[in-house]
Amino acid sequence: MTSSGVVQILLFFALILACTKPLGAFMARVFDGERTFLHPVLRWLEVLTYKIIGVQEEVEQRWTQYTAALISFSIFGFLLVYFIQRAQGFLPFNPQGFNAGNVSPDLAFNTSTSFITNTNWQAYSGESTLSYFVQMAALTVQNFASAAAGIAVAIALVRGFVRQEKKTIGNFWVDVTRATVYVLLPMSIVAALLFCSMGVIQNLHGYTSVVTVEGAKQVIAQGPVASQEAIKQLGTNGGGFFNANSSHPFENPTPLSNLLQMFLIFVIPGALTYTFGKMVKDTRQGWAIFAAFSVMFFAGVIVAYNSEQAGNPILSHLGIESAATAGQAGGNMEGKEVRFGIASSALFATVTTDASCGAVNSMHDSFTPIGGLVPMFNIMTGEVIFGGTGAGLYGILLYCILAVFIAGLMVGRTPEYLGKKIEQKEVKMAMLAIIATAFSILVLSAISTVIQFPAKGYWNPPGAAIANINNSGPHGFGEILYAYVSGSGNNGSAFGGLNANTPWFNLTIGLAMFMGRFLFLIPLLAAAGSLAAKRKVPTSTGTFPTHGPLFVGLLVGTVIIVGALTFFPAIALGPVVEHYLMNSGKLFSAISTAAAGFLG
Amino acid sequence: MSTQLSEPEIQQQQPEQQDDSTSLMPKKLGRARPLFDPQIVGRATKQSFVKLNPVTLLKNPVMFVVEVGAALTTVLLLRDAATGAANLGFSIQISLWLWFTVLFANFAEAMAEARGKAQADSLRKTKTDAPAKRVTASGAIEQASSSSLRSGDIVICDAGDLIPGDGDVIDGVATVDESVITGESAPVIRESGGDRSAVTGGTRVLSDQIKIKITSNPGETFLDRMIALVEGAQRQKTPNEIALNILIAGLTLIFLLAVITLQPYSKFAVSQTNSGSVPTVAVLISLLVCLIPTTIGGLLSAIGIAGMDRVMQHNVLAMSGKAVEAAGDVNSLLLDKTGTITLGNRQAVEFLNVTGVTPEELADAAQLSSLADETPEGRSVVVLAKEKYGLRGRHIPEHEATFIPFSAYTRMSGVDFEGKQFRKGATEAICNFVKERGGTVPPDFMDMSDRISRSGGTPLAVANGGRLLGVIHLKDIVKGGMNERIAQLRRMGIRTIMITGDNPLTAAAIAAEAGVDDFLAQATPKDKLDYIKKEQAEGRLVAMTGDGTNNAPALAQADVGLAMNTGTMAAKEAGNMVDLDSNPTKLIEVVAIGKQLLITRGALTTFSIANDVAKYFAIIPAMFIPTYPVLARLNIMGLHTPQSAVLSAVIFNALIIIALVPLALRGVKYRPLDAASLLRRNLLIYGVGGLIAPFPGIWLIDQLLVMFHLA
Repeated sequence: MTSSGVVQILLFFALILACTKPLGAFMARVFDGERTFLHPVLRWLEVLTYKIIGVQEEVEQRWTQYTAALISFSIFGFLLVYFIQRAQGFLPFNPQGFNAGNVSPDLAFNTSTSFITNTNWQAYSGESTLSYFVQMAALTVQNFASAAAGIAVAIALVRGFVRQEKKTIGNFWVDVTRATVYVLLPMSIVAALLFCSMGVIQNLHGYTSVVTVEGAKQVIAQGPVASQEAIKQLGTNGGGFFNANSSHPFENPTPLSNLLQMFLIFVIPGALTYTFGKMVKDTRQGWAIFAAFSVMFFAGVIVAYNSEQAGNPILSHLGIESAATAGQAGGNMEGKEVRFGIASSALFATVTTDASCGAVNSMHDSFTPIGGLVPMFNIMTGEVIFGGTGAGLYGILLYCILAVFIAGLMVGRTPEYLGKKIEQKEVKMAMLAIIATAFSILVLSAISTVIQFPAKGYWNPPGAAIANINNSGPHGFGEILYAYVSGSGNNGSAFGGLNANTPWFNLTIGLAMFMGRFLFLIPLLAAAGSLAAKRKVPTSTGTFPTHGPLFVGLLVGTVIIVGALTFFPAIALGPVVEHYLMNSGKLFSAISTAAAGFLG
Repeated sequence: MSTQLSEPEIQQQQPEQQDDSTSLMPKKLGRARPLFDPQIVGRATKQSFVKLNPVTLLKNPVMFVVEVGAALTTVLLLRDAATGAANLGFSIQISLWLWFTVLFANFAEAMAEARGKAQADSLRKTKTDAPAKRVTASGAIEQASSSSLRSGDIVICDAGDLIPGDGDVIDGVATVDESVITGESAPVIRESGGDRSAVTGGTRVLSDQIKIKITSNPGETFLDRMIALVEGAQRQKTPNEIALNILIAGLTLIFLLAVITLQPYSKFAVSQTNSGSVPTVAVLISLLVCLIPTTIGGLLSAIGIAGMDRVMQHNVLAMSGKAVEAAGDVNSLLLDKTGTITLGNRQAVEFLNVTGVTPEELADAAQLSSLADETPEGRSVVVLAKEKYGLRGRHIPEHEATFIPFSAYTRMSGVDFEGKQFRKGATEAICNFVKERGGTVPPDFMDMSDRISRSGGTPLAVANGGRLLGVIHLKDIVKGGMNERIAQLRRMGIRTIMITGDNPLTAAAIAAEAGVDDFLAQATPKDKLDYIKKEQAEGRLVAMTGDGTNNAPALAQADVGLAMNTGTMAAKEAGNMVDLDSNPTKLIEVVAIGKQLLITRGALTTFSIANDVAKYFAIIPAMFIPTYPVLARLNIMGLHTPQSAVLSAVIFNALIIIALVPLALRGVKYRPLDAASLLRRNLLIYGVGGLIAPFPGIWLIDQLLVMFHLA
């Protein structure tokens, strides 16, 4: 690690830490329906929204109604995105003249699912597939909507802990509106302007053809990038305007814009921990979760940064300098942008997978095995290291429930968290959510490693599903695994190296995104409903303490052990084997093609 | 009474050396058998095989999966044996150990059950069909069999009769031998009215005659219920146990997914490398069995049954496992002052003489007036005079003196002796007595008695005819160690509330001395009920003890209601536990047992899950070294061969169940600490310990297997 790298990481963390309390307190006020400094400016918009959609602000919903509202909201979003894509040829802002031929039904299905689930997995290349209208009216809108829905669910779950003997957990429409109007919209506007000032483009021009210095002709894609970039990061969406995502200079031109991007990813998930503490009237509870997030974040970034900086020993053996010097970054620079370097690339990869963002500023496929394992494992934990907007908080609360249930008995009381007894219903719901994710990742990836299709057929033209991977051996396995991990975890980052735009992958990854989102959310909302109906047990010295280092350690342990136990075999066969193979430097004839894969 | 919260550990209790032939009395419920009593072990071993029945095993999803796995490997083994495949030794061992895993878990449950069954058998022997004398509507007495008695019937029992059924005494007083159910051989008094009216079927009247109104129908008597309870026939899973079952079933499902998908994963890996082979079904099943939480899955029900059993060893009968679990959760403990916090009786601690009277004169008069007073208070006056002033208790010939017994009307007692009238009694009564004889009340007298009242004591005035001599300070004596015990409860997060009929002033003083958190003075049954409701409305769980019928509503309302066996039937029906020793202090032990039960569950769950890490490190390299030789780096235990590694993990997994049976039956050691310290301690032992322990364990088994050429 270099000192400048360490400074970059610490500076980033300091910014998040500094914003957690003020933004968290602000959001607590917003969702409790209290007045904030933004009300004089924006309250009219909130009220107008209720009028348009016909919602009564004061009327609350039971968990079933809340869930129904969430699902209908998502279905509506899905249909809208689907048909806008398919109809793009007839819609305005389409200088490149894209039409339905560019988006096949399976691709449109995949992309719609991807954006309503806050995954933003992209089986398409934005600049060569979708019109500006689709990018703005369909995708950017869902970037707001899916993020706001995530926050709403988190807040509803927190209300479950706050309320006593209540049947309702809030109003979905009100929560989504408030999240959008007071949090996402103002912050996105400010961020978009900042991005513009840093050189991110914002226009509606068509392709620009230029002649390069060498005299070659180059086509440069344009578009309304800055406005999408802001919410892409703030809402932990991650769907890039361009295929190259945040490594593209028009999306992420400078180290400063890079810092701003990472800041936007973590700022809301970080602040929500404080919102949580504030709402449950014990900010120590929120800080404990923040601390658990931080411990896991630093562990990930240190491992990733170290592995990337250490580079590939096979290259070192060939006499290639891999130590950092004043003139060069050293380490593994393959697939990384020179303007970001190793520290900011490793940091970005960690941040984007800790959260459910999935934007990338470097190619995770080109990371060293362990460097690439960090993003993969981050997602496997269920993205509960800061996590997605809202999704991080509700995800970690699920682990809190599990940790308290497993270890809480050891204080000699039936388990309780924040005064609420954790009983059958909560455990059942928590397990359902975890099983859904595990099922989606393990089963779908397992099928894809063995399933055969006729070549040039409809489902998968290359033939067998594994024909779509660029690398053989453990790395190829990692490419398939990562795709389903990313989809189920609603992350959306791609390991790369997998041609995922075939009906088979579009459909199964779409299914993974769907299960990862809704089969995780619905049980948690059910738990929220059950929790809200319960009475609180007053705390005493006999109560399991859920703040302080002991609980933080327990929580981190639970997240890692549950993740590790579920995915240990898969990880062992992927990145771990690959790591040992790389380090042994000795390549086995049977997988020489795979070795060629790492090198090339 | 111990000053510590005694740990409810079986091994501390020695089996009673009682010769069964000399007493027809059944053993006390609490009689502890040694943990591995040969008779019980024998019975449990047989049951372990009976419990292999898949229909009954279906209730335990984890062990059911193991059994299916064991059956599958056996079928494959038979197929291999038929086709003459190689490596039969390995397959045989794997299927054997998988069957052992199921048997060990069955054994744990059977052990816990067998202990209850043994107790139930000895109780059942006492159930005989006794003749009853039923009073008919016309008032005549007819002979009837006890099994024909119905609730509402009235029977008469004379000395020597067995009481034919549960009921309340409606007429008469009798001494009753209740050793059948309590194990206590001293007879108890049962009388109509009041709080000692309940009699239990199967107990024997020793003297006098009583008329009993039967309150239960055949098959529903206390004894019947007791037999059902100890036998576990009525055992239902407690809410926490059900939730825990859901957790481990969920984990089982996750591991099932992880193992099933490993087959295609490895197929892919093998096809890519063209080396090694896809793991066999037996190896995959081994991995699955190692990963699913068999330890807690196998021991969970044994822990619950053993918890009930431990309560019974304290001679407390819990009507459900739920009640024991609730005891662990109790936030507020309502303790009766008398008998629980203080010794049953007040004692004289000081003589305060008024001006003009010497201390010796007062002491002398106090002693004389108490000589015939057989109440504990009276005796304590005699003792105090002797200890402090060297006045020996004198024997006054009865013909020389007239003893005046205490009566509620005069509120004083004393003696007329040598022409003098010595009296002691309530201050008001004595003042009147003195005034009637022309005496006056000295000015410092009222001060003294007020001071005593304020300090929580009771003033007892002493007079000699018209002369008021002074005051005896009677004091409630807080039981030794009560203070520490209450402080301990507070550290455990439990509030103690003292219930007393005393006035608030007195109550406050005793409450302060005992260190309780709150008190309820001049408590009527309704006050108690209201207090419990208030606590519950604030989310607290409340435990209380009680005996009288008027306590029944409060006992029913409390989350843990410990009824005294000496109490009325109504109280026993209302509570969810009955203390056969009728010792209200036992509530504290019950709470400790409840906590211990929960801790044992949590500890073994944590241990079980933490164990998995090591098992992965044993089995995953074993499976894939042929495909990816570099994975040998994950073989950090240095296990000899893939086969020995898999076998070692499976054997460890089976043996750990049997190794933990004593812990499950005894419960983990419970220390009355605050939650944070308890958690730190247990997390270290069972969490971190569970993470580390299997590594040397599996390594050792591997060494042995290789040494004996088993793998």
